[in-house]
Amino acid sequence: MLLIDCPYCGERPELEFVYGGQAHVARPAQPAQVSAQQWADYLYRRDNTRGVHAERWRHTHGCGRFFNALRDTTTDHFRATYKVGEPPPSAAAPVPR
Amino acid sequence: MNEGLRTREGGRIDRSRGLHFSFDGRAYTGVAGDTLASALLANGVHLMGRSFKYHRPRGVLACGAEEPNALVAVRRDAARYTPNLRATQVELYEGLAAHSQNRWPSLAFDLGAVNDLLAPFIPAGFYYKTFMWPRRAWQWLYEPRIRAAAGLGRAPTEADPDRYASRYAHCDVLIVGAGPAGLAAAAAAAASGARVMLCDEQNEFGGSLLADDPRAAAAIEGRPAPQWLRETSAALGSNARVTLLPRTTAFGYFPHNLLGLNERLSDHLADPHPDLPRERQWQVRAREVVLATGAIERPLVFPGNDRPGIMLAGAARTWLNRYGVLPGTRAVVVTAHDEAYPAALELQAAGVFIASIADVRARDDGSWAARARAAGIPVLTRATVLGTGGRRRVNSILLAQLEGGEAGAQAQPCDLVLMCGGFTPSVHLFSQSRGKLCWDEGLQAFLPGTPAERVRSAGACRGVFALDAALADGAAAGAAAAREATAPARTGVCPSGAAAAAAAPPAAGGGAGFAGALPQPAGARGRAFVDWQNDVTTGDLALATREGFRSIEHIKRYTTTGMATDQGKTSNLNALGIVSCTLGKPIPEVGLTSFRMPYTPVSFGSFAGPARGELFDPVRTTPMHEWARARGAVFEDVGLWKRARYFPRGAEHMHAAVGRECLAVRNACGIFDASTLGKIEVVGKDAVTFMNRLYVNAWTGLAVGRCRYGLLLRDDGFVYDDGVVARVSENRFHVTTTTGGAPRVLAMMEDYLQTEWSDLKVWLTSTTEQWAVVAVQGPKARAVLAGLVDIDLAAAALPHMSVALGRISGVPMRLFRVSFTGELGFEVNVPADFGPAVWEALWDAGQAHDITPYGTETMHVLRAEKGYIIVGQDTDGTVTPDDAGLGWAIGKNKPDFVGKRSLERPAMTSPQRRQLVGLLTTDPQVVLEDGAQVMAQAGARAPARALGHVTSSYHSSVLGRSIALGLVAGGRARIGETLYVSVPAGDIPVQVASPVFYDPQGRRLHA
Repeated sequence: MLLIDCPYCGERPELEFVYGGQAHVARPAQPAQVSAQQWADYLYRRDNTRGVHAERWRHTHGCGRFFNALRDTTTDHFRATYKVGEPPPSAAAPVPR
Repeated sequence: MNEGLRTREGGRIDRSRGLHFSFDGRAYTGVAGDTLASALLANGVHLMGRSFKYHRPRGVLACGAEEPNALVAVRRDAARYTPNLRATQVELYEGLAAHSQNRWPSLAFDLGAVNDLLAPFIPAGFYYKTFMWPRRAWQWLYEPRIRAAAGLGRAPTEADPDRYASRYAHCDVLIVGAGPAGLAAAAAAAASGARVMLCDEQNEFGGSLLADDPRAAAAIEGRPAPQWLRETSAALGSNARVTLLPRTTAFGYFPHNLLGLNERLSDHLADPHPDLPRERQWQVRAREVVLATGAIERPLVFPGNDRPGIMLAGAARTWLNRYGVLPGTRAVVVTAHDEAYPAALELQAAGVFIASIADVRARDDGSWAARARAAGIPVLTRATVLGTGGRRRVNSILLAQLEGGEAGAQAQPCDLVLMCGGFTPSVHLFSQSRGKLCWDEGLQAFLPGTPAERVRSAGACRGVFALDAALADGAAAGAAAAREATAPARTGVCPSGAAAAAAAPPAAGGGAGFAGALPQPAGARGRAFVDWQNDVTTGDLALATREGFRSIEHIKRYTTTGMATDQGKTSNLNALGIVSCTLGKPIPEVGLTSFRMPYTPVSFGSFAGPARGELFDPVRTTPMHEWARARGAVFEDVGLWKRARYFPRGAEHMHAAVGRECLAVRNACGIFDASTLGKIEVVGKDAVTFMNRLYVNAWTGLAVGRCRYGLLLRDDGFVYDDGVVARVSENRFHVTTTTGGAPRVLAMMEDYLQTEWSDLKVWLTSTTEQWAVVAVQGPKARAVLAGLVDIDLAAAALPHMSVALGRISGVPMRLFRVSFTGELGFEVNVPADFGPAVWEALWDAGQAHDITPYGTETMHVLRAEKGYIIVGQDTDGTVTPDDAGLGWAIGKNKPDFVGKRSLERPAMTSPQRRQLVGLLTTDPQVVLEDGAQVMAQAGARAPARALGHVTSSYHSSVLGRSIALGLVAGGRARIGETLYVSVPAGDIPVQVASPVFYDPQGRRLHA
């Protein structure tokens, strides 16, 4: 069970959270204006990252807030968690200790 | 007890406290401090089990968790029957009753042993090559027989009556293993003030110290080792910041330093207090972990190495020094490591005749060999074993010397063979933590390499074997772990990487031992066992490589080596050595199979903990649940909810009850508990914008006080949920969802609100459990309500699809005029606590109007008669609004809503999509089955393509016939056609019809 650092509540066990898929996939502002391919990419195309992956989590059984995280998919270690709307911290940043 | 086999003094047993026990029904006595295995050995019993495949007689090989042979069942009563326990770990108590396994009719005479004679015909993987013909025999002959023969032990026949506890814990430093390294680590970590937990699978702390001869014990910190052990344990025990957990196995290492520990609390007690849980499972989140899990002695692989009486040298030493038991009288020692020598010398001193020591190594200059010779023990070098004799106990061993040694084989009588192939560090937990293992050529062992978690290894589990070095290693690891754990700047859960890596281990004293099969002269015969528990021999491994298997993972699965309940603790490295030798590749290139949890088997009860019976899953009940229960309602589970399904009268069956309830609603009035309906309050100055963006409908024009059927899609355009939405005030919507959909709809709303449209001023609140909802439906519903509410119920004042705020019997209420039945209907929403009282008031008022309670089954029939869909039953995640006949709900002038762009894709507008239609059987009494396939022609055979399937099907009492809804390709254009529903008994002709079967004009609804 992962230990996840909610930016609002602090470290909590994984069972308080729900995974929300890849982060920073913005819904087109004008869906009617985008091509079928662009819309399909938005709906279905996701990265399959080996390494640091930006992803969404929701602290469902806590504050209820969505936030983003950088997680290394090879080790399950989080590099950072950050609030919605904030840019992702540099993935190359040293591992916090 | 065989007095001659128990020493007069010494050991960690209490000879003054005799304990009676039985094994296979025969009475024996042991003493306090014994395990089942040591007590049986003290009684001269070596035969403790039968092997899995060949049913060969087996004795105890090891003295701890790694024991592959002596698997027993311990029975307290029919419900408390635990199979597959290792006799070496079963602590003796007064009255213990143990049974051997995998034998019939008895352990001494086992008919299954015929497999041993058939062994040439059943090598590794034989089941992949046989049982092919005749094909039909698989079902009635092969599979039942194989199933009957397979498996170890048997399950208890009654439900487990014991209690199991579970507990979460946090600590600075968790230390696994309380041998010298673990104790030193705990003492060092505790000295710095850290919160420490120390667990060990044994009943006593001490690890390898427990097996030492106390008279010959080394000094630790200036004290004799037993005194150091006593005092160190006592000091830790009296430290309030230290938690000591004996009889506790760390069975799994999970991400971010979460470890699973299983504490056994009562299995060692003769008469446990009834309040005592049997086991307690700990989930420990440790800031730092120190693994001090020791090493496991390796057996040697030679022909006939599995007879009872052949055991590990270290195990024999433990029997003698810890339990005061002589495991034999005349012993031969076969070794590839120095550690067998002290065992031989100590056993000799205790009175065991050591016939000879056969050292497989070439060198003859060691001090141990000289000491053995000085003690009068012949030592052979470059030795090998050609075979052994004896049926239920070894009685001879055939030693030989390879080229360069003395020629000729010599048979020696013996009743005990000690073997030592070296030591395999226990890297199981480190490997589970996803740390990398490195092959150490000097030690011939896999050692912990780069860690993936905040973990350190100390002592023998990282190849530091010598006592003083292991103590120093443990102390250093404990101090470093405590320092890291309590460092003020520390945040996050990432490992400190380099900091956790320790200095390389020193060269092994005593040699690296031997991994593989002992060399044999050409033409040697006899099976040499690699994996005792699964009966895997050197021949099986050779066969696997001959048949082309190269990956160790494949060889493992083909031969099943390392796949038994002991997970290959004693066998894996020897198997690797053999495969490496056969393939001509070094061991690290052959690779290593994965270590998986659990380290040793953990009972299901421990994982279930208190989550059994009523506590297995939460149960949700409505405020009116008791009323329904008292009326004899039959409940069904809908998600976690208990919902009244129907209210049988007398001996009425469901079919009759539902028919009666349906007619009551159609002809008079029914009362229904709709409280489980999901309810979300959407509030804020941007609430209408939010609703417009989310739901397909146009909300701007919805007047305050009116309701609308809301339809929610996913962004891929498929129906996700539906429900009536009321505009309670300008900026307040009362949104209802399906019963099962409430949490996911709220989650979806939160997702869009928080991450896409965070600029909107909207607040979302789940109000599902705040409102009790009573549906009053039927032509007389208005009359029932009229005297109770302060609202004008006339159709002009409160038309269909409207909402009014008022009071019912003085209780504040939101009154919806809505209907899921097609009748004049109201849904009374009151604060949940008032639900029962309001229900009773309505019930009383309804008595004059033939009011009838109805349940969910009736509700389903009534809505199907009207063609109202249930999301999840008539839709399946691939249905668009138009497919479901709900295209009218879409707000056509909205620029966007969730799913709109997807609905414009060509495939989503094809007229050949499956559309919701009614299906009427030619024979009105035939009720179709949900899910049955709809075919264009009768007599269609595979691979014919179905046009669609039946989604809902019922008998309608008001129509006097069966009705069904289905999704059929191009269905609306097929109305009037005859199609066929395919069932095993044949084809049922059906006519495609409108999905609205009753009152298609909706006159009753608007009454």
